[in-house]
Amino acid sequence: MTINHHLTDDLIRSYSAGILPEAMDLIVATHISLCDECRAALCAQDAVGGAVLERARGEAVSDACLDRTLALIRGSDRAAGPARDTRKPDAPHDPVLPAPLRDYVGGSADAIRWRPVGMGVKQAVLRTKGDAKARLLRIPAGAAMPDHSHRGIELTMVLKGAYSDADGRYARGDIEIAHEDLHHTPVADVGEDCICLAVNEGPLRFKGILPRLAQPFLGI
Amino acid sequence: RPTEGVAADWIDVIIRIRDHRDETAFVTLFRHFAPRVKAFLMRSGADAALAEECAQDVMATVWHKAAQFDPTRASVATWIFTIARNRKIDVLRRQRRPEPEDLPWGPEHEPDQADAIGLQQESEHLGEAIASLPRKQRELIEKAYFGELSHTEIAQQTGLPLGTIKSRIRLALERLRHAMDRS
Ligand SMILES: [Zn+2]
Ligand SMILES: [Zn+2]
Repeated sequence: MTINHHLTDDLIRSYSAGILPEAMDLIVATHISLCDECRAALCAQDAVGGAVLERARGEAVSDACLDRTLALIRGSDRAAGPARDTRKPDAPHDPVLPAPLRDYVGGSADAIRWRPVGMGVKQAVLRTKGDAKARLLRIPAGAAMPDHSHRGIELTMVLKGAYSDADGRYARGDIEIAHEDLHHTPVADVGEDCICLAVNEGPLRFKGILPRLAQPFLGI
Repeated sequence: RPTEGVAADWIDVIIRIRDHRDETAFVTLFRHFAPRVKAFLMRSGADAALAEECAQDVMATVWHKAAQFDPTRASVATWIFTIARNRKIDVLRRQRRPEPEDLPWGPEHEPDQADAIGLQQESEHLGEAIASLPRKQRELIEKAYFGELSHTEIAQQTGLPLGTIKSRIRLALERLRHAMDRS
């Protein structure tokens, strides 16, 4: 799989620092699940975090704190036995949803609870905390999303199929970063329905009168 | 006792914890990292008591997850940083932390020695590069990674030589994928 559109360095850095809203963490983790390029970039950013921690001035920790920690590790070793690699292999691989998305959907792609939002487009809002919103979108083959712009940044990652807009073509794994000023009409390829994960910092603004009426139903 | 900042020595400490449940090794690790983790959490907004409690949890996690540490992808300091950061998100921001799908792995995967050594060396170079920066820039980087800058403010700080460490990790990932394909 060749990915042509990647995360930006400052998104990866912010994910590493742990300062993004949950919905943005989700799309970053989803892209990195499929992209070794950005996975390596994240490891590099984490390495800076490690180097900073290593050299930071510490705050004195009491002996009582060490004693409590020792009690903690002895107690749980007695309960659980010695260290093993306790990670469970990820649930059976899903051709559409990488592991972080499966956690939010509660299963594989057939577990997604789609709701129609008009013009054949369906969506499923994912529960996340914080200022940004995450949802899965399903655009019928050959169909278009209503023309819209964004109040904040919008990140879209393709999971299945592909779409094109004025800026290019996006296929599985690709991530599009649309800024405030971008007006666009993504159109799905004719071959198959396009499923993507979209994260918005602020509400979308639609151009036509009909989509504007539909906005409350979209919940965005 | 590991010399300050020598990444490879900390790996020995983790291996002693992993293979022998060595409490002396753990105490050494604790004395070095717990105060730093506490400072990290206090700068993120925790009070001293909460920060100490979190530092306790972070260090206990290191003990329990010692078998998951992969020296081809992180130094010990980096690994502890990621555990502390996740604890911060959990406790202070009360939000979930979606993590990338792990690469295929298994007990048969033995980390490649050359990859591990290369990464530890790069980590040390990175540490030295940060230490030699002008004070203002160093403080900015500290703030960025200690969560004191917003997403938009963070965009401004760069200038670290991340290219080599990134290609090291990339190489290790490729080898891992290759090994998985064969098995
Ligand atoms: Zn990427
Ligand atoms: Zn858009």
